[in-house]
Amino acid sequence: MMATQPDELQAALSRRYDAGFVTDIEAFSLPPGLDEDTIHALSALKEEPEWMTDWRLQAYRRWLKMAPPAWAHLKLAPIDFQAISYYSAPKNRPKSLDEVDPKLLEAYDKLGVPLHERARLAGVAVDAVFDSVSVANTARDQLAKVGVIFCSMSEAIREHGDLVREYLGSVVPQGDNYFAALNSAVFSDGSFVFIPEGVRCPMELSTYFRINAGHTGQFERTLIIAEAGSMVSYLEGCTAPMRDDNQLHAAVVELVALERANIKYSTVQNWYPGDENGKGGIYNFVTKRGECRGDDSRISWTQVETGSAITWKYPSCVLRGDRSVGEFHSVALTHHHQQADTGTKMVHIGRDTKSKIVSKGISAGRSQNSYRGLVKVGKDAVNARNHTRCDSILIGKQCGSHTFPYVEVKNPTAIVEHEASTSKISDDQLFYCRSRGIGEEDAVSMIVDGFCKQVFRELPMEFAVEAKKLLEVSLEGAIG
Amino acid sequence: MLKIENLHARIGGKEILKGLSLQVKAGEVHAIMGPNGAGKSTLGNVLAGRPGYEVTEGTVTFDGANLLGMEPEARAAAGVFLAFQYPVEIPGVNNTYFLRAALNAQRKARGEAELDSVEFLKLVRAKVKDMGMTPELLNRAVNEGFSGGEKKRNEVFQMALLEPRLAILDETDSGLDIDALKQVAAGVNALRSPDRGFLVITHYQRLLDYIVPDFVHVLADGTIVESGDARLARELEAHGYAWVRERRPAEADA
Repeated sequence: MMATQPDELQAALSRRYDAGFVTDIEAFSLPPGLDEDTIHALSALKEEPEWMTDWRLQAYRRWLKMAPPAWAHLKLAPIDFQAISYYSAPKNRPKSLDEVDPKLLEAYDKLGVPLHERARLAGVAVDAVFDSVSVANTARDQLAKVGVIFCSMSEAIREHGDLVREYLGSVVPQGDNYFAALNSAVFSDGSFVFIPEGVRCPMELSTYFRINAGHTGQFERTLIIAEAGSMVSYLEGCTAPMRDDNQLHAAVVELVALERANIKYSTVQNWYPGDENGKGGIYNFVTKRGECRGDDSRISWTQVETGSAITWKYPSCVLRGDRSVGEFHSVALTHHHQQADTGTKMVHIGRDTKSKIVSKGISAGRSQNSYRGLVKVGKDAVNARNHTRCDSILIGKQCGSHTFPYVEVKNPTAIVEHEASTSKISDDQLFYCRSRGIGEEDAVSMIVDGFCKQVFRELPMEFAVEAKKLLEVSLEGAIG
Repeated sequence: MLKIENLHARIGGKEILKGLSLQVKAGEVHAIMGPNGAGKSTLGNVLAGRPGYEVTEGTVTFDGANLLGMEPEARAAAGVFLAFQYPVEIPGVNNTYFLRAALNAQRKARGEAELDSVEFLKLVRAKVKDMGMTPELLNRAVNEGFSGGEKKRNEVFQMALLEPRLAILDETDSGLDIDALKQVAAGVNALRSPDRGFLVITHYQRLLDYIVPDFVHVLADGTIVESGDARLARELEAHGYAWVRERRPAEADA
């Protein structure tokens, strides 16, 4: 009786991807292909010191001996690494914000990330990464006053070499996994954050990544160091134009929290997911790991993932310090032909360490959404505690949701709890909302929003609003 | 206001309503009684537009418009409200937020201005007071962890807030103890007005002691077999539904 007309259904299914525009800007790119010469060229372009070039080459040689991972619950054609360009940068490299190409500023404006001085009232410092390089970094003077360093990775390598040398690869070693090794060899840019002892970072730090050029990989590297007693909240956002071919994004993020330091890392990931037939989209293969190196430190990951054709990502915490705390809050939404294999690893090494995992998976269309989590308690981790809550919701009949929890406990005092649920948006819930006057799509967003509440609460205010909108857009046409 | 003529409806291929006709005018309270399986809840669901029910014959108009051709949300905006027999839980969605979304969606559909949060809160507070609702329920998720009585009272509260023109109560009395029943009935009575019609679906006469109907209809095997005033409900209570069934052939002959 209430069946939707096929035409309406088709119209509703054509999903909007607002960030899918291409900016026409002159770029300098390395030709596609990867060998040791590529790495030399890349390193030279970036005016890197010799130790950096050597580090890259070492990683490259390791990578050559490794094989791509096959264990994830993903369908994936082999990637041709020789077809990718490993460096693309806007030709006119700006020295300050005033020199930034207006087209670039416009591109970021369109994305809702204004970089201009006048728009920077929200108390957020922004680093914008366009293809391979950082193009703008706002509010750095204000941060410098309290000793906070927030700059592009390229600049950090040149200006703060000692810090980079000390910490780079100390959380995610070069040979950690296939994509981390590749990233270590060819990473182009990213953000570097250093919060000195006892400093509470006076504003939210934010990096916005955008892939613009075609046939380019984005390999960014982010390193955040929080010294004893310091505190920082960092936000990361990502978009890419709509293209028919798949683009590779293989980032590495390393966080280091010393004694009593507190790092909060939030991501809203909206890479282009491909069209409704599964054509195009970003391959998002990311290694994110934080180490609670000092006692009483804390690292919290919050992610809202709606984009990418394929996501392979497990933001993790190594709880080395005694009484350190790791948290992971995640909403992963997949639609059409998207595939996500995401989750976390909590590695308890110190005494009285605690971890908390809240994962909410939403699957629609023909997508596959997997949660994969590891909780590992070492033999010296006396009184380790973990609580995992893992819920999934299915919209429609052709999608899949999977949960792969792994637990390894080597200390008898540990308490590890796991709760999981899978449900469908029930017809009863939908009809209940509709019978009160709420249209079908609004009802679905409302139900999904309620489902994600626990995670959204963890996001900084502006991001929570953005995340909610993103889910609404991503779910358009999910019901039919 | 509501005019049902020769309504036939089925679910899962099984015919449940077999030629039901009924008229409800503004200001009237009609009670629909009948044994289990007679089609009482089907009637409520068909009127509210629950997917899965197939109307095979007959018409339903609401203020002259074809109700059966409207989506559920359009029916709500037109003023039809169904108080659910089993209210649905929506985890994580705040009750107040839900109500505001519902009210504003209806207002928007009717071309009225939406209420901002200040105006809405004012309205909610007034209704909470009128209905004797526990204000704490408003801050919880929709029906989540509510007791049976709380769920039913929440339905009546929603009704008070949305101010429908036709309210259908589907076994709102089921599962209630006598105190909760009295509270729910008081809420409904407070909403009786010359421009609002009620369709009170119930299995037991008990509810009709508190919500006194203008008309009582007995539904059996998908059609109305007997109509009368409030006294009919009492006779039913005294004699049971078998009594109607026995009388039916006699009337058919008459």
